[in-house]
Amino acid sequence: MDAKTLMSYNWMLMLPELIVLGGAILISVLDLILPKKTGREWLGWLGFAAIAGAGTVLLLLTPSETEGILGDSFVLDGFAKLFKILLLAGAALIYLLTFQEKKSEVTERSEFFTLWLTGLLGAMFMSSSRDLMTLFVGLELLSISSYIMAGLKKKDQKSNEAAMKYVINGGVATAITLFGMSYLYGITGTVSLTDMIGQLQSLENTDHLFVLGLSFLIIFTGLSFKIAAAPYHMWVPDVYEGAPTSVTAFLSVVSKTAGFILIIRLFYTVFLNTSILQGESLLMNMQPYIAVLAALTMIIGNVTALKQRNVKRMLAYSSIGHAGYMLVAFASPQSPLMFDAIWFYLLAYLFMNAGAFAILLVIEQQTGSAHLNSFSGLYKRSPIVAVLMGILLLSLAGIPGTAGFMAKLTILLSAFTNQVPMLILASIMLAATVISYVYYFNVFAHMFFKQGEAETKLRFHPAAAAALLICTAGTILFGLFPHIL
Amino acid sequence: MNSLILTLLVFSPLAGAALLLFIPKEKERAIKAAGLAATMPALILSGIILIQNAMGAGIERFSVSVPWFKMGNVSLGGEYFFTVNYELGIDGFSLIMMTLAAVLATLSASASSFIRSGWKGYFSLLLILETGMLGVFAAENLILFFIFLELTLVPMFFLIGKWGFAGREKAAWYYLLYNGIGSAILLIVIVYLFGMTGTVNIGKLMDLAGDFPAGVQLGLLLALLVSFGVKLPIVPLHTWMLHVHVQAPPPVVMLHSGVLLKIGAYGLIRIGIGMFPEAFQTLGTAIMILGTVNLLYGAFLALIQTDFKRILAYSSVSHMGIVLIGLGAMNEAGIQGAIFQTVSHGFISALLFLLVGLMAVRFQTTDIRELGGLARKLPKLSGVLLAAGMASLGLPGMSGFISEFMAFMGIFLVQPELGAVAAIGLILTAAYVLRAVLSITFGKEKGAEGSLPDLNWHEAAPAWILLFLIISVGVFPNGLAVPLQPAIETIMKGIGG
Repeated sequence: MDAKTLMSYNWMLMLPELIVLGGAILISVLDLILPKKTGREWLGWLGFAAIAGAGTVLLLLTPSETEGILGDSFVLDGFAKLFKILLLAGAALIYLLTFQEKKSEVTERSEFFTLWLTGLLGAMFMSSSRDLMTLFVGLELLSISSYIMAGLKKKDQKSNEAAMKYVINGGVATAITLFGMSYLYGITGTVSLTDMIGQLQSLENTDHLFVLGLSFLIIFTGLSFKIAAAPYHMWVPDVYEGAPTSVTAFLSVVSKTAGFILIIRLFYTVFLNTSILQGESLLMNMQPYIAVLAALTMIIGNVTALKQRNVKRMLAYSSIGHAGYMLVAFASPQSPLMFDAIWFYLLAYLFMNAGAFAILLVIEQQTGSAHLNSFSGLYKRSPIVAVLMGILLLSLAGIPGTAGFMAKLTILLSAFTNQVPMLILASIMLAATVISYVYYFNVFAHMFFKQGEAETKLRFHPAAAAALLICTAGTILFGLFPHIL
Repeated sequence: MNSLILTLLVFSPLAGAALLLFIPKEKERAIKAAGLAATMPALILSGIILIQNAMGAGIERFSVSVPWFKMGNVSLGGEYFFTVNYELGIDGFSLIMMTLAAVLATLSASASSFIRSGWKGYFSLLLILETGMLGVFAAENLILFFIFLELTLVPMFFLIGKWGFAGREKAAWYYLLYNGIGSAILLIVIVYLFGMTGTVNIGKLMDLAGDFPAGVQLGLLLALLVSFGVKLPIVPLHTWMLHVHVQAPPPVVMLHSGVLLKIGAYGLIRIGIGMFPEAFQTLGTAIMILGTVNLLYGAFLALIQTDFKRILAYSSVSHMGIVLIGLGAMNEAGIQGAIFQTVSHGFISALLFLLVGLMAVRFQTTDIRELGGLARKLPKLSGVLLAAGMASLGLPGMSGFISEFMAFMGIFLVQPELGAVAAIGLILTAAYVLRAVLSITFGKEKGAEGSLPDLNWHEAAPAWILLFLIISVGVFPNGLAVPLQPAIETIMKGIGG
């Protein structure tokens, strides 16, 4: 590949990524050359500007045709556009929360902002990549940024523990994923997903099919780490609890979205196009396994959340439950709604979860703990915040009138429009939802029924307050008019 | 034709709740007045519809249908598979139920004067609850039906948990979990129907649901029976309801026993019989047996209770048995009886719970062993109580008589033996009602010493209005029967009778 070929590519496609990358570089360079005494807080806004700029460019690129560069290893298709919107919106909203983090706790401010952008960059690359290499590099860029961010509260023991657990578990999961991918490469001899489809369609050796099935399961296991689903969910509560709250929000929203991007991208191009046994694709053949994992994830997440008295841990387990709901949609590959369901669920989840974390962050700062008791009497102290939290929790519980309900409805519908309606899985999902009422409404009971110890009002950084308002507005808006996008 | 009137009717309480937020929370009187006033538009509008309907205006002219949202955008910008409209509409049955909800909401707001604190939150939640109740009866499609149904769930949780009596939080949890499970099962049915037929419109589904295999129909109906059985409640799914009736603040119980329990009956009639008449026929005997069990179980347990609130709670269980008996009979008399009972019990139980609340405020107890001789101290209150008791046991000339008579006529036409067993329930009802009411009003003077105030005007007004409605339905049942007739005919056509 010479310079001429390189120049002939339409680099505009990558402009959103390049802007985010530019932002990251700019922040770290400025951090190096600026005098020690100068405040670093404004660098944060530079990062926000980069995300906003990337978002704007992406929206301008939306009408463009599907096009790929670098030998189709980077493509901007409908899928990439839709998911990048999610990633950028989620990253931007949660980025606003970082301003709320106490300076005394997260000391390396500019590193924080840089890592945020590089993590986002990795996720964005994943949504555009059409080959195993870029997929994996994107995944690692996101993961490594997240590992460091989880440990940014340097003086906090729990934060250190979180980073440690995250990096070890994450390393193992990555290795497993890579191991599965190597099977794919071994069978097809190519890393390009497009070429792989062609190879797999003409696959005849049944021994290869077995290996392919194995690689499916291995990759899926590895990726269940990223989306915080069973069987690889144990790290979630500890890491979520220890990491700075804004990072936890990042993990639960951006990182999870990225995980689903990877799963859909890989499985829907590769495994849906292999016709094995009477024309059935491998993905459909594997459907029962996914369904079982979905059921396990929902049950484990929601039942364990019942016992939690620390709201951060509770949200961690609830996020496992939510991953399970989305896997229900993923387990119905023949449904025309599958793709919609996952996308819309991630959108709804973005708003409701980011909003809940915004409030949690402020409460944690004020009372020094994320225990349920910190929420006691919140309605007396800050009635508006309590009501907003109420709306977000209703959405997480999937009560009508909120985006969470519409998202669950779409998933249920996709389960029933699958070729074989998945009645049992849908029933488990609803049973899990009713279980989740208990812990979500428990927060309600604390906020509205109980007497609290603290008397002072909550204080929000304007940026965090803005994020909270946008999140609540989005939760209601998409709950009433899910169709506006 | 799209008419605004139903939308205004359903959402006017919600708008009222929003306006309440702007009144400073110290202004108690203003909040109470505004809360009461916000229930008025729905009452007036339902009155207007009722009158227009009585004057022969077609009921379709009130309905509205506009596109709402779409699902299933496969090709990202291409075609959609599932569309849901915002559609409200009424028939005679839902109109009556809506009016019942509007009337009881106003009366309950009027009776809420003794709420001690947090009036702003209380009235806002009460108004949200009213929108939910009105919406359930106005909904033309299942998604809207479900949304409004769930809209009643959340305010009830708070109303019970924050303003109830000592065991309020536990009662709130019972309410939430039982009804949550009921709703979840209902949602499965709704999404199944949506997924299979591509529509959630109740009218269209009535035509389409008959095409399902008989086994599927039966399964869906059983699911509906459990789901609405929680709300109704059918024994053994009733335990939550006892907690709620004992622990929730009385004005809320008025609404709960008067309207929310009826949503179960309404759903069974509208969706259960309406969509799966054949399956319902298959289960007819079983449903009648369930109804008999409800009737007898509730009556027996009411007989041994000493707390008046618990007596009334079990009496509600028992009276809902009559609804089931009427429905299970699957003939015109039975269904008429069931629908009549749904409406009539709404008035009677609301009145009784209003009275029990007033007694609780005055005596700090509702134990009938500690109450007695009220007739001398509080003549107005005990007079109304006596009348309400008579209505509850089905004295002729009161609304309860008509509904019991029709429902039992229904069961005697198809299963006379079962009818004979069920009739024991009526005797038990007479026994427990008379025992409770007579020992409170007459007998030895007990309870608090000194003089207590009798009904004041804002307590007396709801009581008199409810009594008036009960007697007028009893004396002139055609006032209800005529608007209900088309709805009953539709159901009968579905059954093929």
